[in-house]
Amino acid sequence: MGFVGHPYIPNTREIREQMLREIGVASVDELFADIPAKIRLRRKLKLPGQMSELEVKRHVHAILSRNRPFTKTLSFMGGGVWPHQIPSHVKELVRRSEFLTSYTPYQPEVSQGMLQALFEYQSMICELTGMDVANSSMYDWSTSLGEAALMCSRVTGRRKFIVPALIDPERFSTLQNYVSGPGLELGKISYDKGTGQLDTSQLRKELRDDVAGVYIENPGYLGFLETQVDEIAKAAHEAGAIFVVGINPISLGLLKAPGDYGADIVIGEGQPLGNSVSFGGPLLGVFACRDDVKLVRQMPGRLIGMTTALHGKTRGYAMVLQTREQHIRRERATSSICSNEALCAVTAAVYLASFGPRGLREIGEACASNASYAMRKLRTIRGLKVPIFDAPHFNEFTVNYDDIGMSLAKLNAGLLKRDIHGGKPLRGDFPELGEAALMCVTELHTKDDIDRLIKTLEEILG
Amino acid sequence: MTNYRQARWASDSLLEPLAFELGKPGRSGYTLPPKLHEQLKIPKNLLREKLELPELSEVEVVRHYTRLSQMNYGVDSGFYPLGSCTMKYNPKICEELACLEEVECIHPHQDEDTVQGALELMYKLERFLAEIAGVDRVCLHPSAGAHGEFVAMLLTRAYHKFKGDGGRTQVIVPDSAHGTNPASAAMAGYEIVTVPSDSRGRVDLKALEAATCEQTAALMLTNPNTVGLFEDKILKIAEVIHGAGGLLFYDGANLNGILGEARPGDMGFDIVHFNIHKTFSTPHGGGGPGAGPIGVKGELAKFLPVPVIEYEEKHKRYHLNYDRPHSIGKVKAFYGNFRVLVKAYAYILLMGAEGLSEVAEAAVLNANYIMRKLSNVRGYELKFDSSGPCKHEVVFSVDPLKKETGICAKDVAKRLLDFGMYAPTYYFPPIVSEALMIEPTESEPKEELDRFVEALKEIAEEARSNPEKLRSAPTSTAIGRLDEVKASREPILSWRMYRRRAGR
Repeated sequence: MGFVGHPYIPNTREIREQMLREIGVASVDELFADIPAKIRLRRKLKLPGQMSELEVKRHVHAILSRNRPFTKTLSFMGGGVWPHQIPSHVKELVRRSEFLTSYTPYQPEVSQGMLQALFEYQSMICELTGMDVANSSMYDWSTSLGEAALMCSRVTGRRKFIVPALIDPERFSTLQNYVSGPGLELGKISYDKGTGQLDTSQLRKELRDDVAGVYIENPGYLGFLETQVDEIAKAAHEAGAIFVVGINPISLGLLKAPGDYGADIVIGEGQPLGNSVSFGGPLLGVFACRDDVKLVRQMPGRLIGMTTALHGKTRGYAMVLQTREQHIRRERATSSICSNEALCAVTAAVYLASFGPRGLREIGEACASNASYAMRKLRTIRGLKVPIFDAPHFNEFTVNYDDIGMSLAKLNAGLLKRDIHGGKPLRGDFPELGEAALMCVTELHTKDDIDRLIKTLEEILG
Repeated sequence: MTNYRQARWASDSLLEPLAFELGKPGRSGYTLPPKLHEQLKIPKNLLREKLELPELSEVEVVRHYTRLSQMNYGVDSGFYPLGSCTMKYNPKICEELACLEEVECIHPHQDEDTVQGALELMYKLERFLAEIAGVDRVCLHPSAGAHGEFVAMLLTRAYHKFKGDGGRTQVIVPDSAHGTNPASAAMAGYEIVTVPSDSRGRVDLKALEAATCEQTAALMLTNPNTVGLFEDKILKIAEVIHGAGGLLFYDGANLNGILGEARPGDMGFDIVHFNIHKTFSTPHGGGGPGAGPIGVKGELAKFLPVPVIEYEEKHKRYHLNYDRPHSIGKVKAFYGNFRVLVKAYAYILLMGAEGLSEVAEAAVLNANYIMRKLSNVRGYELKFDSSGPCKHEVVFSVDPLKKETGICAKDVAKRLLDFGMYAPTYYFPPIVSEALMIEPTESEPKEELDRFVEALKEIAEEARSNPEKLRSAPTSTAIGRLDEVKASREPILSWRMYRRRAGR
């Protein structure tokens, strides 16, 4: 029967009866008479019965109690989504229901708050990446990559997109799906086995006049930096290709803006900027490019622009260049994206406004310092090769366990037994790296945390 | 009738400065514990020299974004009849649950044994959604509606390819469809064939038959459609498409109108998508994050993205299965917008089977109430056969009022903002001239619906007595109408572009 006076349905049965009478309809059933009888569902859905708020709370708590959050278990997991500090005021501000319960700001007059917050997000991403234009978000890094490849092809009229071989295989799989529509060709460029750096001679060989874009990541999926950026940018541009750089924006208080080494498009994962890990979603796809009409008109996604009131000079914000988008351009749109990750973008704006240039640099230094310390200490353990590639690292690094006489699975199980989530195993994705793991540290890790990892590993390995 | 005034933090030319224009050098809105000082080996060519971000104290940050929020209108502010967007109330308990550590602080690469709760919740949500839509298997990965559509089109291609039927290059889309439909199909490499609507506001069956051929890969259909009407010839439509070897895709934007009353799977749809942030009440956050799961029938399941969640009865344990040789692979990182999915799961439990049917009944009644009440108001008309009921939404045309007074749908919509309500979707669907697309949802009490109809009546009268008032509306909002033409002609898309323009 349901509750009398449902909390989310203000019109009680009595009121509904009254409304039906007022519009001359005999019963609610009559309102569904246009659905052919053959497909009317004449039974109740096979779902649990209605629960009270208290029951739902208990039920969901009970299910979720089978999760072990990394706040209670020391974790070294990264690889596409990374735990960072989220200040309380950031959480509180983005939960304000005026932001939370609004739709896409189609009516700018009553939506200036969301529009300005998104404009600030776009502006801050531009400062971080050295680009001029950022959209108000894509779904995540991997879909940003897919969209970037499509955009490069639209801009250049070419059909090949080049990526590094050491790319996250899941990100690559997403890219494959995104370019499968127009059937773009993907090329992978190999790396130096010692340093992980891109094989630039292979790159030059591949860079013919069919290449739409060249993509690198900084830091890459395995945590190290690509240092030959100027050379790669030059090679890409000489071949008439667009240079696309993937980033983790939280590194950009410390690291150079890709725009300063020639990037035309910058993409990445904005989750670290104040957004929770949440089992990998929602995330925040960063997408930015240079102020070049050729590029901007081909951009996917929503753009917020500054303008003024029609009458008077008051500054205001509105969605702009919508003729690129699906609701106007339909099948000729630059992308089908409509709902995106707007509130995650607002979160990033609040986060960046709070930390500012100094805070972001401090976080970057803390991440890199912690990684450096962790690697240094891990190297003292016999049998570990840390990191696999001799290159500068940001906050993630690889560890090879070939010589410990124990499988990584067994080692990680041992760590977990002692309340530590070890690194992400890499063997399935990169068999050439041997028995290896990807480890992550951020500003959340203390020296004691890292020392505890070392001590525990020593204990397990004897 | 109304004294609505939106908050406005303004000087003459500025509602609220940008964060970049606030603060002072040296201020900070954070604290960090002492850090290790390791010698970093980052080469000079990769080190940053300067970064121009705002420098604000926490106090300033909080005031700035609080003020911005006050210049934003949400469902919690009032009536939000935005057609096709299902702006219903978002229960607070769902938000609270999504903020638990057990939701926010679990990592997708963690050992499966340490995330059994998350896997169980998603596994059960998949089954709930499958039952609601009448499909066999659900995948929660897509991030939003359009993403779900895109993935559905990738599945369509994989399916035809598997059947050795690679010549299917066309996707049929009605002219009333959401723009995302043709855009998603085009992204997946399909050529779009548009079919017109008939005089009843439904798919023109003859035109559909003519458009369907051996090249047809799929038909994308919203039902109830964007005019708010049920495609009552759906069984015949399914016969036509299936008869030609095509698939039927269900756009779930309007599922709220038939929840528990009818199921897409029973109508013959092969692939469906869900707008979790519409039907299942997760807040839209000003444009996302939402979630756009897809459901499929029968053998289409083998093409779904990896991983799929499985339950091992023997070990009473959930696990992620990547061993799916026919899978299309990945469509995004990880397993879906988990934090959003938790809210949907809680919502379905809060409503239960009876509650979900009640949602459809109350939402459809609210829309019909507006339809009947407003059809008595001079100035607004229904373009299609209005003898039968509408579903979750109703589309009025402002044509009569425009003919009489020159006032258009946009003017009416903008004036509604002054009444403290959000505007309906206007100029959509494109098949209705001067359209106002009104979706009240089940969340609105009768009084609010009456107030809405009264407001539209008052506006029609104003159009006759004082049209200028409408053309200059809104005046009660933080800002009046914006120069959107200039905004797109000379786009200023960031603080640095603005400074460059201003020569600063």
